[in-house]
Amino acid sequence: MSAPFPHRHLLGIEPLAAEHIVALLDTAETMREVLGRPIKKVPTLRGRSVVNLFYEASTRTRSSFEMAERVLSADSLSIATATSSVQKGETLLDTAKNLEAMNPDMIIMRHGSSGAPHFLARHCKASIVNAGDGAHEHPTQALLDALTLRQKKGRIEGLKVAIVGDVVHSRVARSNALLLTKLGARPILCGPPPLLPIGVEQYAPVTTRIDEAIEGADAIMMLRLQRERMSGAFLPSTREYHTLYGLTVERVKKAKPDVIILHPGPMNRGVEIASEVADGPYSVILDQVTNGVAVRMAVLYLLLGGGGGEA
Amino acid sequence: MSDRLLLRGGRVIDPARGVDAVQDVLIEAGKVAELGPKLQPRGAAVRDVAGCVVAPGFIDIHVHLREPGREDKETIATGTRAAARGGFTAVCAMPNTTPVNDSAAVTRFVMDRAREAASVRVYPIGAITKGSLGEELAEYADMQKEGAVAVSDDGRPVGSALVFRRALEYAKGLGLVVIDHCEDPTLSHGCCMNEGPVATRLGLRGAPAVSESVIVERDIALAELTGGRVHIAHLSTAAAVDAVRRGKARGVKVTAEATPHHLLLIDELVREREYDTATKMNPPLRNERDRLAVLAGLKDGTIDCIATDHAPHTVDDKRVEYDQAAFGIVGLETAVPLALDRLVRAGHLTLVQLVERMSSAPARVLGLPGGTLAPGAPADVTVLDLARRARVEPETFASKSRNTPFGGLELTGWPRLTLVGGRVVFDAAEPAV
Repeated sequence: MSAPFPHRHLLGIEPLAAEHIVALLDTAETMREVLGRPIKKVPTLRGRSVVNLFYEASTRTRSSFEMAERVLSADSLSIATATSSVQKGETLLDTAKNLEAMNPDMIIMRHGSSGAPHFLARHCKASIVNAGDGAHEHPTQALLDALTLRQKKGRIEGLKVAIVGDVVHSRVARSNALLLTKLGARPILCGPPPLLPIGVEQYAPVTTRIDEAIEGADAIMMLRLQRERMSGAFLPSTREYHTLYGLTVERVKKAKPDVIILHPGPMNRGVEIASEVADGPYSVILDQVTNGVAVRMAVLYLLLGGGGGEA
Repeated sequence: MSDRLLLRGGRVIDPARGVDAVQDVLIEAGKVAELGPKLQPRGAAVRDVAGCVVAPGFIDIHVHLREPGREDKETIATGTRAAARGGFTAVCAMPNTTPVNDSAAVTRFVMDRAREAASVRVYPIGAITKGSLGEELAEYADMQKEGAVAVSDDGRPVGSALVFRRALEYAKGLGLVVIDHCEDPTLSHGCCMNEGPVATRLGLRGAPAVSESVIVERDIALAELTGGRVHIAHLSTAAAVDAVRRGKARGVKVTAEATPHHLLLIDELVREREYDTATKMNPPLRNERDRLAVLAGLKDGTIDCIATDHAPHTVDDKRVEYDQAAFGIVGLETAVPLALDRLVRAGHLTLVQLVERMSSAPARVLGLPGGTLAPGAPADVTVLDLARRARVEPETFASKSRNTPFGGLELTGWPRLTLVGGRVVFDAAEPAV
């Protein structure tokens, strides 16, 4: 590592310069090598403490952070709000202050409110990692997607990447579009107009036609249709959505022959993605999961100052 | 203290009478007795206000005093002290208290509390509908008899066009203005800022400008139909300004107000301040195009007056996630310096225009007494020190609440003296009046 990593928090992709994204990805490559060893444990973060604070349900992200913490020998504690004092009406500030009293080095938070990690960063001394906030950002997802792209394609620059589906509710789409643009790829956003927020063109070119988005694409990122957030007459039915925007084997043929298909999970099979595609040869959905652990190890390692660089 | 006071050597600006001249003002028995150069004190106490502006008392027609019900946020005593300190001699109290001011009993309570505890005049506004639920009309005549000066369901927009029509018709018979918080809640449900590129970037749900303007258009059409008088509260969008301008041009009885924050701030601030909840209010801060349109509307008279929408909240109501935070900011103690510095000094309004939009215009909009320094008028006077430069210090506010995005700002031009009925209720030289 040349210069030290300049950020104490990871609140989003937006504040990161390209070189720091590359540094995170390079470090993640090293971490992936650690994960391939027979004994998957290094003492790098021994004595450092990390709190995982998850206000929203999560399988992949949370278990991936927990795995990363274990491999790096950090002491960690996970709080699921469903079984905590949050159910008794404790505010985010009080929760944060109580955690702070335990003096953790880092708090990793997922929260349904956009900007909640910024709030935490203002009120805590610990490093804050955003594990997904509302519809704002999900930076470690974008990093693991980038790592997967780089692994499969050997590069990110110049790749055409279609990001398709429920863009309006998606923090994954926002973080990915930002990251891909910073690294010189060509993201294109696609979805039905009710699922494309006003001003979304600030991120990347936009189309409402999936065939146009997929045409010649090197990679396709399918977004989960977030039905739990759809209180406002967004779509007539998931059936019609699948007809218009579902990724089918037929549609995939318009992409490059070596196209890869990503999905942040959890998938709605038969809605945004047909099962044959999700399970097909171009699907890298499970590689994303492995890379997720490596990327989170890199984030822990770089934000906590490397701890001696023994990885 | 003698009940005679001579304000000596100030620049008297009284837009209602077209006066802008250095004059002395003699106050007797709570009324303006005489104006003119070099008046004899004849035993009156003399205050030298040379170099200052002497204006009719400023009136804020959009204030949340929170009493009864949320005295932890503000009371009639603290809210009116904040008003006095901010250069206002009268405030209109919005009815969204607990209970809602939808009856003579609550109106009377507000008037009684004001008599006991208020530093400035308090004019209650009654609810349009019972409980502000948008269904049945409240008893306007009863509330008016106790002192209500207008009706509004501020914060709870009347959804039904029929109910709003009836409110305009019924209020017309009593000579009352209907003040509407224009918002179509089906378009803005769950939103916490302005819809647009900034909201998209921040991942916050945005309310479109249209959620305001469709209701402004509706209200103007209904005012035209009924001949009733509608006043548009806190107008914030270009489309709504345009609607009011067109309505006025065809003779509809429509008036409008704008807040200092919508005149000065835009949604980009939510991003700059990284989700600081002091940037959250309803209507939300809009984009630059909207802001300029509101400013233009204030200049050309489409927007009649400045009102603060003073909305005090406790720290706990604001120190939470952005989408969970209460809407609104306090405004009484920042409106005048913001207007003097950012509107007058910045060259958008003349001093005379500003005085008009904060005194005679609000009085005219709601038919309130005051708004002039004509001999015989109540001696409600705002004296402005245009040269004073100071920082906005929320920790010194007389208001119980501190929720402002303007803290720390250095501004030039502050209230110097506030007189209500000839009595000094604020004196910058002795801040603890």
